[in-house]
Amino acid sequence: MTFILFGFFAVLAIAGGIAVFVVNSMARATYALAVSFVAVGAMIVMLHLDYIGVITILMMIMEMAIMAVFMVMFMGMNPALMPMDMTHDKRRSAVLAVVVFIALAVAIFVIPWPARTGSPAADLTQSLGDAIMGSKMLVMLTISPVLFATIVAGLVLANPRGRYDRYGDDLDRETSDGNADPEDPIRGGIGR
Amino acid sequence: MTLQLVLLVAAALFAIGLYGALSQQVVVMVMMGIELMINGVLLAGGALWWFLAPTPDGQTVLLVVLAAMTVEMAMGFAVATVVHRSRNSDMTDSATDLAG
Repeated sequence: MTFILFGFFAVLAIAGGIAVFVVNSMARATYALAVSFVAVGAMIVMLHLDYIGVITILMMIMEMAIMAVFMVMFMGMNPALMPMDMTHDKRRSAVLAVVVFIALAVAIFVIPWPARTGSPAADLTQSLGDAIMGSKMLVMLTISPVLFATIVAGLVLANPRGRYDRYGDDLDRETSDGNADPEDPIRGGIGR
Repeated sequence: MTLQLVLLVAAALFAIGLYGALSQQVVVMVMMGIELMINGVLLAGGALWWFLAPTPDGQTVLLVVLAAMTVEMAMGFAVATVVHRSRNSDMTDSATDLAG
């Protein structure tokens, strides 16, 4: 039963992944990727990683929804109705992908994998919680500033008019009488 | 379900993602390829954890992979927004000066 279920999710994940680059519209590609991710999440749950599997599924479904919004925003059209083929170097990319897959597959079957060591905890999710709040807390402490830096960098890049646009590169744009003078298309405040 | 079988599926996902990341011109589609590659890594990590050493340490590594996925997506969207705003394009071919 486990094998059949795993086979089903494996085929779904791979077929979804292939469909992403085969279907002729971005909206369909997004849904295909979402299907692939859900199948991978299910396989991760089958590997007894309940917590990681579930957050993979939840995260990826939200991510695909955001991706669809970005596509509509950037393409300026309904992506579901507009067939497209925007690719380059298809042949060389395909050859490289096949070579990488064959190399990985050979390695998978040639490597003498070691025997299993250690035994899983009774409650794996709780053991993960204990680890990241205890012995492995440094990992989470390192990820936190990385995620915070990502938020700051994302905002700085995506902000259309930041303080440097308004006050100059050295933030010292002034009027003749020495007051700060932002360069705005329309003055703000009362009495504009 | 054996270690080799799960790793083979993970390798297939990685290879498909690699094809997409190299062949697509639209930035968001390139990101989809990279997402597939990271997803393959996540699946392989999960399999190695369960079949070789099912201790909490391995789960923590998988959380790091998930965080890398999130950071990749957030920064990818931010860069795509900047490129679109400054060049009115979402194609990688019009932003080759960002390479290296």
